[in-house]
This record gives sequence, structure tokens and C-alpha cells, in this order.
Amino acid sequence: MSLLEIKDATLKFGGVVAVNNLSLSVNEGEVYAIVGPNGAGKSTVFNLISRFYQPFSGSFTFDGQNLLDRAADQVADLGIARTFQNIELFDHATVLQNLLVGRHRHRKTSLVEELLFAPRVRREEMAHRAAVEEVIDFLDLQPYRDKMIAGLPYGVRKVVELGRALASGPRLLLLDEPASGLSVEETQDMRWWIDDIRKQMGITVLMVEHDMGLVSSVCDRVLALADGAKLAEGTPAQVQADPTVIEAYLGAGAV
Amino acid sequence: MRILFKTSYNDDIRLFPDRWTLAVYAALLALAFALPLLLDEFYLGEVTNVLIWAIAGLGLMLLTGQTGQVSLGHAAFLAIGCYTNTILIEAGLPFILAFPLAGMITGVVGAIIAIPALRLHGIYLAIATIALSILADDIIVLLDPWTGGVSGKFPDAITLFGLEIERWTMPVRFYYLVLAVTVICTLFYRNLLRSPLGRAFAAVRDSEVSASAMGVHIARTKGTAFGLSCMITGWAGALMGYYAGAFNNETFSLVISITLLMMIVIGGLGSIHGAFFGAVVVAFLPQVLSILKGAVLGGGVAIPGLETGVFGMILILFILFEPMGIYGRWLKVRTWFELFPFARKDMFRRQKSYLKTERLR
Amino acid sequence: MDVLQLLVSGLANGCVYGLIALGFVLIYKATEAVNFAQGDFMMLGAFVTLGLTNAEYLHMPFWLAAPLAIMIMAVLGYLLDNLVLRHLFGQSQTAVVILTIALGFVIRFVAGVIWGHEPQTLESPLAIGDIHFGGVVLGVADVAVIVVTVLMTLFLYQFFQRTKLGLAMQAASQNQMAAYYMGIPVKRVQGLIWGLSGATAAVAGILFASKGAIDPNAGLLGIKAFAAAVIGGFGSLPGALAGGLIVGVIEPFASRYFAAGYSQIAPYALLLIVLVLRPHGLFSQIRIKKV
Repeated sequence: MSLLEIKDATLKFGGVVAVNNLSLSVNEGEVYAIVGPNGAGKSTVFNLISRFYQPFSGSFTFDGQNLLDRAADQVADLGIARTFQNIELFDHATVLQNLLVGRHRHRKTSLVEELLFAPRVRREEMAHRAAVEEVIDFLDLQPYRDKMIAGLPYGVRKVVELGRALASGPRLLLLDEPASGLSVEETQDMRWWIDDIRKQMGITVLMVEHDMGLVSSVCDRVLALADGAKLAEGTPAQVQADPTVIEAYLGAGAV
Repeated sequence: MRILFKTSYNDDIRLFPDRWTLAVYAALLALAFALPLLLDEFYLGEVTNVLIWAIAGLGLMLLTGQTGQVSLGHAAFLAIGCYTNTILIEAGLPFILAFPLAGMITGVVGAIIAIPALRLHGIYLAIATIALSILADDIIVLLDPWTGGVSGKFPDAITLFGLEIERWTMPVRFYYLVLAVTVICTLFYRNLLRSPLGRAFAAVRDSEVSASAMGVHIARTKGTAFGLSCMITGWAGALMGYYAGAFNNETFSLVISITLLMMIVIGGLGSIHGAFFGAVVVAFLPQVLSILKGAVLGGGVAIPGLETGVFGMILILFILFEPMGIYGRWLKVRTWFELFPFARKDMFRRQKSYLKTERLR
Repeated sequence: MDVLQLLVSGLANGCVYGLIALGFVLIYKATEAVNFAQGDFMMLGAFVTLGLTNAEYLHMPFWLAAPLAIMIMAVLGYLLDNLVLRHLFGQSQTAVVILTIALGFVIRFVAGVIWGHEPQTLESPLAIGDIHFGGVVLGVADVAVIVVTVLMTLFLYQFFQRTKLGLAMQAASQNQMAAYYMGIPVKRVQGLIWGLSGATAAVAGILFASKGAIDPNAGLLGIKAFAAAVIGGFGSLPGALAGGLIVGVIEPFASRYFAAGYSQIAPYALLLIVLVLRPHGLFSQIRIKKV
């Protein structure tokens, strides 16, 4: 069953066509990757889904609902969470506080209640903390729980970024280059986490990735993108063998 | 070395992490209550002034320290709170209604001003708020029939629960009133910090993009931050009016706005303690300077601009050598003692961030 | 004729604002920090010149005192960056903003201590009288202001666009680490920019002081120059001048056609309108960041 449907999406930045009549559909429960050379428009697709950009044309549907009707801050409410390529964490807060912000879409308390710290606020806080603790457990972030982001190594920050997205309890998780900058061991960890996310949590994953090893080991389907347009779609093996994809990555002589 | 071992979520959520901290603050509160017995009228008045500045500092701290919106125009909100309070009382409202209402009205004005300010970041916001402060000054003069223009207003004594409270003749009662407002505002602030909204403020400060992706409505959150900040600042302004006994457009000038911001930076940006420490510096600096002047120059010599000049110097020294402010220094000293002998030299070393242009936002 | 007179005198004032705004934009282009003390630098430059050339002080010839004052201010700017701002290297821009505000207070205080708080007049050869042309009266000093400002804007614009140093400065402001990797001595470049900005402020100060009396609070003009820089858009040098001219022209027209209380808020009201409608000014340099 299709969870996210993009039909004929086009986006232009001035004279540059960033996304060119792109269509893709992500089924519930699958792990779907978008690959392509740099500048192909992969992160742009994410930013379109996150509603940071408005497409020139095309339709975006999530679970039957029109995404284009929503503003950027309403996307989380639908059940879509994302990470960012260049890590956009809250530097002056602890890991725990970052993860708790991930729970923001579940906030049910009002301003006045929070000012007075009514008992309901305390109950909700405990519920949020319990939910966040599950994520911390899942990602083994216990040693970093009360540490400020500003002092943490890059690999840990990437994991926190993932954790924050998971904390919001999404149905669709958008991962923007989850393995970039990670060591071999960390990439392996990421691979198992993505697997567990799909199997244990039932979350659909859409990811942008360059690491074809990670893609092959964990993804069900892959879309190859170049210059904003679809080159090929299929299983990782199929896409890697596709001649147009090879040409885009390695040049005409390699085919 | 004191180790804090948390066994439940409540331990994290509570106002005071352990018995010791609770005892310290309880003692501090008890001291505050007992102060009129220990100090004479003059010094009690000075402490009252500190508390009023601390309230104003809390207001600005919420906006600038917690939500990252730099405001160099908060004197405008001090003014709005002050004038609104006096006008409401003159219209016949009792203090118990007028005072909270004045704060709330200031808050609403602040939230409205937030709407155009939403798109402004960093330096542009600072400049816009400077313009706001200057405009407020001139608008007060223009609205002469309501505000008394340049001649200003003289607030009457407060009648609260049947008691009369007047700043000069009943300093003790006025002190307790100010103390009550301070405690309430501090409680509000702490409650915000441990609730989703407070975290949302910090999120807006650190990364609007990802805050938005997590479901934080940026405009509404900034508006709320402005609103709450201005409400607290409005209360401080009303109290300032009573403390001064008389006020006009010059009482709430641009210099006050700037002093307020410098004050919370010196105190320690982003912390409640910072507002209080900064207030101590601002309130006691004139006294200290006149004592020094007397000692060095034999008193009686007027040096215009001395206070602001020295204040500026203090700020520069802090920014250069202790950017975390007085509270930061206090934290470092306390940590050194707590961890003794295991404190390491660069424990609080900040990550250097190299400039990357904001013009690509 | 009336309108023309207002326009022309507004232009002269506008050029002073523009010169101060140039100083802001220089520093912003190179370091993305805003020097809130630029107005006070201008005042200091004027007073240093006054201190060198006026009869009751050192009484040097003006044509010696002026370049000397400009050099002193350039050195002061450089030293300020070297000794003070360098410690802030790696901190956020807010810290620099707050620091420069505090610096403004300190400079005002020091100027008051050295030269007193009474308004004083610079004995400038430019203050010799008025020129009449086409029914419009303009002081010689005003003409000098306009000419010098236009020349300086052109010079600085070309400097940033064409020279290696100018490009290096732009690079250092856009990405410090990358600039370092490219071999740009970022700290020294920043020091030079502050020196250049100090010199520009000194020129503004000398010209301004030739038009009338000054006192240590003259630096508060800087706020209007802010408005100018913002209206023009902070990253643009010609924008700074344009913004200055706009503010300079609005003032006399506002006081002529509006009631007394309203005219003085005109520049600030305009500033707020521009900030709301076009936050990055008329000639903005902002593009969208890719996340």
C-alpha cells in the first residue's frame, strides 16, 4: 500500500530545474532509497516533502492526504519525521532535551497550564520522558543523555539526530544521508538500526544515501536520480546494473 | 564531591534536584523574608531596586537568552507596562486588577509587535528593536493627553487587600510586594523551562529549520515568547514607576534598553541567576562609583557618563574574559569545589565556531 | 525652489549618514559583525582632529591634522580588532554587537573626559561660507561632504570588487575556515578592515564637524546611519550610500510637512517599514540556504 506518493513534481530555482517531473511512490513498511550524484536533487525532494519549498507543479500525497495543503510545521503532525544532511541539532541543549523536542507534536498542554506547571503537565512530561527513554535505549545513547550537543563527536550527533526523529513517533522517516561521515563500524550500526526501525517499529524509511553498500544491504527499492529526473527504479541490484545509472555515475566509457 | 543519583523522571522534572539545593534556596527565601528586619530603609530600597531590575531582566532573558531573539528595545515595554498600569488605576480599577492586566496588555502588544519581527533575525531584529525604543520615547510625548507627555505621571499609593503600600513611607510593604512578584515570575520562568514550551523556545533559538520539522510552529512560538517576555517586563515597568515615584518618557529611554541587555549578558545569558546577578551590578554600580569618586576625587564632582562608561567597560571585560557572565564564573568555581581535586583545566572550554555567512539563510 | 533647497541640504546630511553607514557595511562585509560604535568612532575622529587643530589645543595646520587624525583612527580601529575583537574570534556575532555597544559607551565617556561635554566647533577651512547656485544655498562644507562621500563609495566599491585584498575580505566573511585553507590571513585581513572603517569614520567626523558644532553625544547620529545601512541593505556599499541619502532627504521634508513631534520619528518609522516589508534592504544580498 502506497504511503507516500509523489506525482510529476517539478521545482525550479531561477533558471535551474532542480526536480524534473519526478514521480515516486513509497509503500508502507519498505525501506526506499534515493541515490544519485551530488546536485541530483535528492535533498531537494526531502525539502519538498518537508514543505520547505513549494513545488512548481506536481502532487504530494501522504496516506491519502494532500501534503501541499500543510505548512512546514504541520508535516510532523501527519507522522513524517526527518534528519538533516548537515545536522541541525539544538547545540545549546542536552541530548535529552533535543529528543524531547522531537516529542513536540504530541504536546497536549496549554500555555497557562505550563506556566503554572499543573499536575497534567507533570503527567505529560513523564509520558514524554518514558517515550524518549525508549529511543535512548534503542540507540544506546545512555552515556550521552545529559551532555550538551556542542561537545559531542560527529558520529554521536548523527545518532542523536536519528533519535530525535524517532522520538516523534513517525510513520515515515526521512533520512538524509544517514551514513555520511560515519566510520565503518558506525555505518554498520546504522544499518542494523534502520533494519530494526523497519522490522520492530513498523516505520517506513525513505533515505537519501551515497553509500551503496548500506543501500544494498538494507533497502528494498532504490530510485536513481540525476539532474532532478528519474534514471532508474528497482531493487538495489537492478539499479546498480542499469546502464544509464552507470553512465551517470562513472561516465559513458564505463558501460 | 556530591553525586546526584536520579531514580525517577520526577528527579529530573523537580524544581530542585536534591535536598541540598532545596535547602539552600529555602534559606535564601527565608533570608529574603527576614531582610526588612536586618536592613535599614535605604538599603531595603536598594534591594527592592535590585529585585525590580531582576524582574525586567527575567523578561528579557526569556526572549533573548532562551528564545534567541535579541531585543534592544525592551524599555519600550517597561514604559507600556508602567503607563498602562497607572492609566488603568486612574480609570478606577483596583491595583489587584490593574497590575496583572497591565502586564497582560503589554504582553499582547509584544505579541503583536512580534508579527512583523518574525522575519527578522539577529542584527536586523536588534536594529528594529532599537528603532522601537526610540519610537516609544517619541510616541509617549505625542500621546500627551494620556501619558502626560514630558511632564510625566506621578503614581498614587497602591491599595492592596485593604493595605496601603507606598514606596517612600512604607518601604517594607513595597518590598514584600516586589518580592512576591519576583517569586511568581521566577516560578513561571522555571516552569516554562521544564515544559515543552520552554524547550520549543530553545529550539527556535538554535535551529528554526529543524524545530519546524519537529512540529514547532515558529511564528506562534516566537509570538508567545515575545508575549510572555513583554508581560513580565511590563510588570517590572509598573513597579519601576512606583519605585521612581515619578516617570516620563525619559525614564524608559534607549539607554535603559541597552542597559537591560548588557545587564543580562554580564549576569550570564540564558540563566535565571544571570538576571539576578546582573540586577545586582546595575543597581549597586551607582553607589559603588560614588563611593569611589568620593575617595579618589574628594566627592562632589559630577562626571557625566561615568556610570554608563564604567558599565560598558565591565561588559567588555566580561565578554572578553568571561562570556558566560557572572553566573558562568560562579558555576566554574562551584564545579571546581564540587569536583575537587578532580577538576580539569578546560572543562568549560567552548567549541570555537568559525564564521559561516548568515547571508545564505 | 523650496523643495530643491530641502533636497539639496538633505543630500549633504544624507552623505554624512552614508559615510557612517559605509563604515558599518565595510565591517559587515568582512566580518558579518555590526559595529554599533561606528557613530562614536565618527565623533572620536572629529574630536581628535579638533584636538589637533583647534587653537585651544595643539593648533596644528588643518591640512596636517586631518590626515593625521585619519591615520590615528585607522590605527585605533586596527588595534581594537587586534587587542579586543580577536578574543571574540569564534564567538557568535551577538557577542560582537554587545561589545561594540558597550564600546560606544566607553568612547563617549572618554571623549567627554578628554575634551569636555560642551559643544565645540572644529576650525575647518571648509567652514568658510556658502555657495549660491540656481537659487539654492549650500555650504562649502556640505559640497565637500557630498563630493568626498561619492568618491569614497566609488573607491571602496572598486576595492572590494577588483582588488585581491577586497576579495580576500569578502571570502573571509563568507566562510572563515575555507578562507584560512586558501591561505588568507583572516585575522590580519579583519584588522585591516577595522582600520579602514576607522579611517572612514574619521573622514565622516571631519566633514560633519565642519558643518556645525559637535559634542560627545554626536555619535548618536550612528543610529540614523544604521537606518541608512539597513534600508540600503547591509551587504551593499552603494546601498549604504543610497540608504544614507534617503534618510538624509526624508528628514528635512518631514520636518517641513509634518508636525514637530512626528518629523523626528520619520527615519525610524521608515526603518521599521523597510525592515518589515523588505527585511534585507533595498539592495539585499541574501540568498536561500540549502539544508
